[in-house]
Amino acid sequence: MSEVTANAGTLAAPPPPAKTWTKGRITGHALMALWIVAGAALVIHLITGYDAAFYKRYTPKFIDGTIVTLQIVTLSVMIGAAISVPVAMARMSQSALAGAPAFAFVYFFRGTPLIAQTFLVYYGAGTFRDALDAAGLWWFFRDAYNCVIFTFALNTAAYQAEILRGAIQNVPRGQSEAAAALGIPKWVIYSKIILPQALIVALRPYGNEIVLMIKGSAVASIVTVFDLMGETRRAFSRSFDFETYIWAAIIYLTMVEILRRVWDVLERRLTRHLKRGD
Amino acid sequence: MESIWTLISFGDQGWGDEIARGVVVTVALALATLPFGLLLGFFIALAKDSDEPSLKRAAEIYTTIFRGLPELLTLFIVYFGVQIGVRRIAELFVENPTIEVNSFVAGMVALGFVFSSYASEAFLSAFRGIPRGQYEGGYAVGLSGLQTMRLVVLPQLIKLALPALSNLWLILLKDTALVSVIGLADTLRQAGIAARVTKEAFLFFGIACLIYLVLAILSSFALGWIERWSQRGEAAR
Repeated sequence: MSEVTANAGTLAAPPPPAKTWTKGRITGHALMALWIVAGAALVIHLITGYDAAFYKRYTPKFIDGTIVTLQIVTLSVMIGAAISVPVAMARMSQSALAGAPAFAFVYFFRGTPLIAQTFLVYYGAGTFRDALDAAGLWWFFRDAYNCVIFTFALNTAAYQAEILRGAIQNVPRGQSEAAAALGIPKWVIYSKIILPQALIVALRPYGNEIVLMIKGSAVASIVTVFDLMGETRRAFSRSFDFETYIWAAIIYLTMVEILRRVWDVLERRLTRHLKRGD
Repeated sequence: MESIWTLISFGDQGWGDEIARGVVVTVALALATLPFGLLLGFFIALAKDSDEPSLKRAAEIYTTIFRGLPELLTLFIVYFGVQIGVRRIAELFVENPTIEVNSFVAGMVALGFVFSSYASEAFLSAFRGIPRGQYEGGYAVGLSGLQTMRLVVLPQLIKLALPALSNLWLILLKDTALVSVIGLADTLRQAGIAARVTKEAFLFFGIACLIYLVLAILSSFALGWIERWSQRGEAAR
């Protein structure tokens, strides 16, 4: 034992293995070079193809489109969150009368493509024009923007309901049993004990759901809503300039990356009491 | 007005056969994308799992791009980008070439990119679930690197990655509907044509939704069977 400690001071650490050009390193450098070349080509293309008239004409359109996209996402996620609470409750209830319709709702919206749902609402509403007119709802479904919000909200509600249900069921039973044993009212158990623990678990999936919504909202452009994708398609069909798609890609990537970063900060902040001190 | 049954019947009067052809295209597109996406995803996961930082970085750039872009935008970029690129090259040889990119191939490539970037995450977490001892054991009995991968790691990897990959398959099946936008005659497009001609939009888009649901249900049966098959070795333990 003492010999080991005595030698420890004099022995130098072994030298790091020499860096050789392994197959992996060559491929890695080649692929990185490819990305750098592609990125440089993109920048050069954007600079050499710079056309003041093009930017003057389309920059405001792109800004408007981005705002519409953000509006669609914010509205649908918020409305969806409100709808998801009763749906999740119904999914978790013992009664089949509440459980079955909630299950069907969730299964339908998660099992079919968002674009098909949007078509079903937007074009399908026309089939019921007389009935909707009579109910005084036709003005709502006549507008593509409303139909998109309606569909997206229901779609994200189905996903959010499952996130919420999974998170609540993830909280150990003992938590609510212990609270009940202490005589804490049911409402307080839910709001002060179950939900705070569940929402931490749900945070990451919620972030992913918003990212999916930002990406999914591009579908709105197919039913004549001029969101970012819609403005891009319109600009491309007029200018036949591929730059439009490059800018759309940059804007979408920026939005998603910002959200991801914000979510990382949020998660670190909310789970800081769970980190063990070193 | 014709009755619903006439409208969805197979034959001259109905749209059943047109839509059925669309379903075949939908399934074919998803099945054609799968091997390409799985293979690419596997290699990207290998790159992310490697000790070489440059390889890791290159793979991460790929996933960041294709997981951050809307699938629809990826599709348009591939469709129009390839079209413009191919035309540029063709212009070197012929004047005013007419280039039409096949929407099936464009859809396959775009969905393959998206699928592979998500699949790489599934494979990566499966890689993390395989202990180092499995590789070392493989080398110790004299297997080469490739043999260890094929005979020792891959069978376990498939088992671990399967639940996530099943989910990705269901997403892929739904994403094929987007390819109808660039003119592929899939389920949704055929239903759309039927809806426009007959003015029965709700009926036909409802049928399209139900078809996607049925495809998802059938897939989950098949995936359940594959999952049981992948776990067949576990009963002995």
